[in-house]
Amino acid sequence: MPKRLNAVVSWVLTFLVMVIIGLPGLWVILSGFRPNREILAKPAVWVPERLSLDNFAAIFGLGDTQVAIPVANYFANSLVIAVTSTVIAIAIGMSGGYAFARFRFRFKNGVFLGLMLSRTVPGIALSLPVFMVWSRIGLIDTQFGLILVYVALNIPFTIWLIDGFFRQIPKELSEAGQVDGCTRWQAFWRIEFPLARSGIASAAIFAFLTSWNEYALASNLTRSTDSKTLPVGLMDFTAQFTIDWAGMCAMAVIIIVPALALTFLVQKHLIAGLTFGGVKG
Amino acid sequence: MTEVRLANLTKAYGNMEVVHAIDLDIADNEFLVLVGPSGCGKSTTLRMIAGLEEITGGTIHIGDRVVNDLAPRERNVSMVFQNYALYPHMTVRENLGFGLKIAKVAEQDIGTRVTQAADILGIAELMERMPAELSGGQRQRVAMGRAIVRNPDVFLFDEPLSNLDAKLRVQMRTEIKKLHRRVENTVVYVTHDQVEAMTLADRIVIMRDGYIEQVGTPLEVFNEPANTFVGSFIGSPPMNQLDGIVRLADGDISLADGLSIPIPQRTRARLSEGQKVVVGIRPDDLAPRGHGIHDSEASAELELSVSISEPLGTETLLFTSIGGVEVQGKMLNPRMVAPDERMKFVLAVDRVHIFEAAGGRNVMIDN
Repeated sequence: MPKRLNAVVSWVLTFLVMVIIGLPGLWVILSGFRPNREILAKPAVWVPERLSLDNFAAIFGLGDTQVAIPVANYFANSLVIAVTSTVIAIAIGMSGGYAFARFRFRFKNGVFLGLMLSRTVPGIALSLPVFMVWSRIGLIDTQFGLILVYVALNIPFTIWLIDGFFRQIPKELSEAGQVDGCTRWQAFWRIEFPLARSGIASAAIFAFLTSWNEYALASNLTRSTDSKTLPVGLMDFTAQFTIDWAGMCAMAVIIIVPALALTFLVQKHLIAGLTFGGVKG
Repeated sequence: MTEVRLANLTKAYGNMEVVHAIDLDIADNEFLVLVGPSGCGKSTTLRMIAGLEEITGGTIHIGDRVVNDLAPRERNVSMVFQNYALYPHMTVRENLGFGLKIAKVAEQDIGTRVTQAADILGIAELMERMPAELSGGQRQRVAMGRAIVRNPDVFLFDEPLSNLDAKLRVQMRTEIKKLHRRVENTVVYVTHDQVEAMTLADRIVIMRDGYIEQVGTPLEVFNEPANTFVGSFIGSPPMNQLDGIVRLADGDISLADGLSIPIPQRTRARLSEGQKVVVGIRPDDLAPRGHGIHDSEASAELELSVSISEPLGTETLLFTSIGGVEVQGKMLNPRMVAPDERMKFVLAVDRVHIFEAAGGRNVMIDN
């Protein structure tokens, strides 16, 4: 029964890969519900003896022990920055992607190539120049400063992804719409946009997750509760001599949950988005 | 009453002009077919009428309006595209009603008109399906339904049948003709298929390289092709074209291989001694004795050897050559033909077309 054997082998391999990918995450989540002493115990306690919400209570200042970390501020910053930068990046990505897919203009290929090449530069390599410019013009430690950086970071990718989706939609559909009585604008919103929706949704998810999870640039450009995001806030758990692993993991859970929920919500679109070319092309 | 009038219509992309100042009047309720090889400017012309392509020069009238600068939606035309262009995210019903919905027609009226159009095209039972669930022929019908439901002034068809298989194409061709009878409207139809053009058109416009070569009824362009291009493009199998020299004294035109044919009576006055001409002979007019359509007419005899024969049942195509140029003849009521058999062919002389060798203009047609 080689077919069955095949299935078993691929199952086992998949499981192993998932274990390697998933275990650290699982460990972080579990640790979020365990006391620090158990996390640091030697020999390691593999199976938690007791799970509790104490760490979360501490973070939100509800329990006996209190951690002086303004999580609510960080959460709000993260949300504002990630959502705003995503909305802007998608708006620009949609216009740009549509333009690249539909219009002929001068230097089109050059501009497109330039956008793609900009993605080969690691974001962190730009942190010093960005820091210097931002400090000159007073954008250090502002939400706006970070939004600007994330928009710039996300736009090439959103344009590239959305361009691919619009390219797949025959231009005759928009033309048929225009002959049928639409303005070009109406034809876009009523015909082309609904057809590209899954691509735009996946571009949005990627942009959101990039902004939501980004640490390196944010840690350089933020200072205080005015702009610090959740990932940067994680560092508040390190003191000179100790690290509050339990609190840190609990906060990591707080970071993970919205991202995970969002991903689940648009999962269908996401899969459609990533396999679009393969299925149709 | 909707005439369409193109005057001096020109289209250029940058420095490259693809449609050269064409003039064309399309009558109300006329079924006009633009035909020509790919790249001849026929689709561009149609798209200019639709407003999907900007006009470089000239004017387009639809009815009594100049529509040069009007958006497609303001022209009250509808268009059927080669790839149907059905909206994939809408049901057939929504596809049909889309234009009316955009025009803010009352919900109830939309329902009535959509049902009416669906009945005409026999797609009533498909209304709740998505385009992806339809066959090619059904999609074609929906596309036509979407065109008629808005009751436009002009229908534009852009090679609507070329994505269908041969059998369905013939069937839909007939349906388009019936549809035109029924909804009586001005139609501009683009195709590269001359059979489609001949069968559908009230008038045919033959285009090449952005110029109009000839405009006429199907029989006019068949019987009086304006030039060698039209002669070879219209008619199947294509017209044979042979170089010849006029010999007025002998009353004939000499061809290669020492062959000659009498000068067709009607062209005599228009030819001069020693003139170089192209002789156009349709395969129908060249047949072995006793196997032709026009046996009773003034004829000349040519003895030729047949290299290949293609039996089609009611007729057999015979391939021979004159001066190295392949020549086709047609044998009605066919018998078996041996390979390389020498046969006596009868040529219906008065049906032969004579073109000027330089430029290819039919000598019978004045400029």
